[in-house]
Amino acid sequence: MFDNEYFNLGYLDTLSYRDTVIHRLDPRAKLIATVLFIVTVVSFPKYEIAGLLPFFLFPVLLFSLADVPVKFILKKVLLVSSFAVFIGIFNPVIDRRIVYSLLGVPVSGGWISFLSIMLKFFLTITSALLLIATTSFPGICHALQKLGLPEIFVSQLLFLYRYLFVLTEETMRIVRARDMRSFGGKGKGMKAFVHLAGTLFLRTVERAERIYQAMLSRGFAGRLHSVRSYRFSGADAAFVGATIAALYLFRAHDVVGAIGRFSMRVF
Amino acid sequence: MHMADALLSPAVGATFWAGTLGTIGYCARKLKENMDEKMIPLMGVLGAFIFAAQMINFTIPGTGSSGHLGGGMILAILLGPYAGFIVMASVLTIQAFFFADGGLLALGCNIWNLGIYPCFIAYPLIFKPLAGSGASPKKITIASLISGVVALQLGAFSVVIETLLSGRSELPFSTFVLMMQPVHLGIGIVEGFVTAGVINFVRASRPEILESAASARPLSGGISTGRVFAGLLIAAVLTGGALSWFASSNPDGLEWSIAKVFGKPELPEKETGIATALKSVQEKTAFLPDYSFKKPEGAKERGGPSWPSVDPGTSVSGIVGSALVLAAVLLIGLIIRALRRKSACRTK
Amino acid sequence: MSHHIVEFQDVHFHYPDGTAALNGLSLRITHGESVGIVGANGSGKSTLLMHTNGFLLPQSGSITIGDRKLDKKTRQEVRKKVGLIFQNPDDQLFMPTVFDDVAFGPLNLGLSPDRVRECVHEALETVGCLGLSEKPPHHLSGGQKSAVAIAAVIAMQPDILVMDEPASHLDPKSRRALINLLMHFHHTKIIASHDLDLILDVCKRCVIIKEGRVIADGPSEEMLSNRRLLEENNLELPLSLQKRDFSPGGDMDEITKLHHLLGHWAEHNSEHARTYRDWAKKAESLGRKDLAELLLRIAEETVAMDRLFQDAMDLCR
Repeated sequence: MFDNEYFNLGYLDTLSYRDTVIHRLDPRAKLIATVLFIVTVVSFPKYEIAGLLPFFLFPVLLFSLADVPVKFILKKVLLVSSFAVFIGIFNPVIDRRIVYSLLGVPVSGGWISFLSIMLKFFLTITSALLLIATTSFPGICHALQKLGLPEIFVSQLLFLYRYLFVLTEETMRIVRARDMRSFGGKGKGMKAFVHLAGTLFLRTVERAERIYQAMLSRGFAGRLHSVRSYRFSGADAAFVGATIAALYLFRAHDVVGAIGRFSMRVF
Repeated sequence: MHMADALLSPAVGATFWAGTLGTIGYCARKLKENMDEKMIPLMGVLGAFIFAAQMINFTIPGTGSSGHLGGGMILAILLGPYAGFIVMASVLTIQAFFFADGGLLALGCNIWNLGIYPCFIAYPLIFKPLAGSGASPKKITIASLISGVVALQLGAFSVVIETLLSGRSELPFSTFVLMMQPVHLGIGIVEGFVTAGVINFVRASRPEILESAASARPLSGGISTGRVFAGLLIAAVLTGGALSWFASSNPDGLEWSIAKVFGKPELPEKETGIATALKSVQEKTAFLPDYSFKKPEGAKERGGPSWPSVDPGTSVSGIVGSALVLAAVLLIGLIIRALRRKSACRTK
Repeated sequence: MSHHIVEFQDVHFHYPDGTAALNGLSLRITHGESVGIVGANGSGKSTLLMHTNGFLLPQSGSITIGDRKLDKKTRQEVRKKVGLIFQNPDDQLFMPTVFDDVAFGPLNLGLSPDRVRECVHEALETVGCLGLSEKPPHHLSGGQKSAVAIAAVIAMQPDILVMDEPASHLDPKSRRALINLLMHFHHTKIIASHDLDLILDVCKRCVIIKEGRVIADGPSEEMLSNRRLLEENNLELPLSLQKRDFSPGGDMDEITKLHHLLGHWAEHNSEHARTYRDWAKKAESLGRKDLAELLLRIAEETVAMDRLFQDAMDLCR
């Protein structure tokens, strides 16, 4: 369980350092596009289904252009679905008005709004995961700082990212030792956890002390400087522009309806 | 429990993001004014500690189910409210990215629900007065328990409010509250015990660490309660403003939930003034003027919760269109994949 | 002129819990020296290193680095001269990417962005990690991490390198690479380690400390082949000088000592000869016959020399 989560984390992180057309885009461009995408998807009213379908174009494009393993991401999406499903499933239970008849089968409003929630869930979560799978976390942090988030918050994110892997690995070793020696659930209780977390905490504080010394010995005087310069190129602007145009088209016009009517007239 | 993008409306998501960002900015300014530089690595590594500790499951006595640490209270107690909040916000941000817990729009809500309440309500108003300065382990346990419960209750209640205001779920207010609060009572008690356990463990084995953490953090005298309330008041006004704007433009959002809460279809009278004023502003500035333009031609004016009436012709073309769009999207993906494979083979 | 001298004069330090870590330690290191500090656990090695750049300040006695007496006011300046490399590279590499980490020091020195990039480039080139620049530290192997940690320190162009157990996290191959790297540095080096073979390879001089005091100080080869001295200090002979069939307790006579030293000197001869031959082949394939011939001759001479060493060792028996 713990091992799995840890290795998943590492794999996603490794993906983000690949080199593809999408990976090479400026982190700001991808962050802005993703946020706009999520807001647009979420802005659809409760009973919308057809209007959401064209939006699948975005994840499909990213999956294929950035060479992200589809199965891996979909598994992760399934893993976090619990809360949205748990709350959404009440919709069909409560809202039973029949509003639609699909090829003779009556469909209630609740099922439609539930399906809408699920589509939105899939689109928003997938796009967030695709962002991190195509953009290194330090890149995202840089984008956040450029977009105006406070320096100290961004430096916290960077430190956290750096030591996340070191500490989860350390924790994994302790947890393995615990699980190896605990039989039939004994030793996995709160008391053991408190002891474990306490020990981990003390080690962490000692580590912080050593890191601080390492920082001091390299001239740290309270500020973390950076010489990184990302360039917002024409390609980045084109990417954001195209995203906005497509989002507007899909949001403001009934693309699905138009295609449907058109094809019915043709055949 | 993490709020999810799919249950949110843009207005609610944006409002909580605004509140969260405002608080992050405020804390950053506070920390910049007077912080020991030693805190910078300490905060970062403690964030990683919380992250790692959250991944460890433990069995909850008497239930057989398993729980894990939240961490907001521990951070507030160890680092003080400002640094504690920044660290909690960064932990949740990393989770939103790497585990997709909730999603990026909901992150604003999640930082609010899991960060603001422990750091700015439970810690200064409950934990500090109860635990006092030269606290005994018993006092710390009681104080953490109560503040853990209060923080989690407020957080859970916020999830209810956020969901209802967004209007994507059909759950009525009372059912939702009855579902969320008791579950989070249990979670809060566990959080309280674990928090107290870790704090007492550290106190017993290395008391100087708590002292040095306390001396390094910017706030020695304690947070002024007046300030907190002023901040919350501003947040409430902001939220209210955004909500009434939202109410005026989205017929099946707030109005629907207000209808469930208040038992009648209209908003309370006094809101209308602000609502109409805001509506005109909104119509001029909004990215998407109104949701109604998406309705098929036959849609009637709404009566009760809006639901476009559907005539058979549009519905068939809708299904055909949907199928075509999905097929096209899939095809595009497959073509690009195939092309990439080919070019990859060639370069090899 | 006292160039890059490190001088400890009767330094005392005890920790708040009463442990006396340094007990009148005196030590003088001059420019360009490479000094190994050895001693049992708790002998005061780490405390000594922590004093070299002012994390800890002597409670009595004095420390001079270069021409400055180390105190609260000068320690910021002293830190620019003394590059301290910690035992665990994970603590040392705290920035999110290799580039950012190596740039951390130069940026704090206030260099211009272009100059910083140059420094980073040079430092990474020196340790052979130029290709890792954009990687996050957690994607590196142990050997790469320690190489980058060294780059991060030498990017600040310190005069003195101080290292605490530099090879303790490394596999044998990375350890050998590190030793080769260190042998090419011309900085003043102070290395504390239990890895006596590393000290023997890298440091000309060796200082043995015990209970916070210098017990012995002299050429590494002499210090580290003195079995009795080492055992008195909870140490043992470096593995390269150990012979399994030693009768326990017996002291080494001078000829036996020479035998082991010869073994140590000759250790890499055949390996080097192989390298010269490889390069000769490469030179030939590049059309440089002249170079290739010369390299082959060097290789032959090396083999011949190795034979002489073997003969000398036989005579020692």
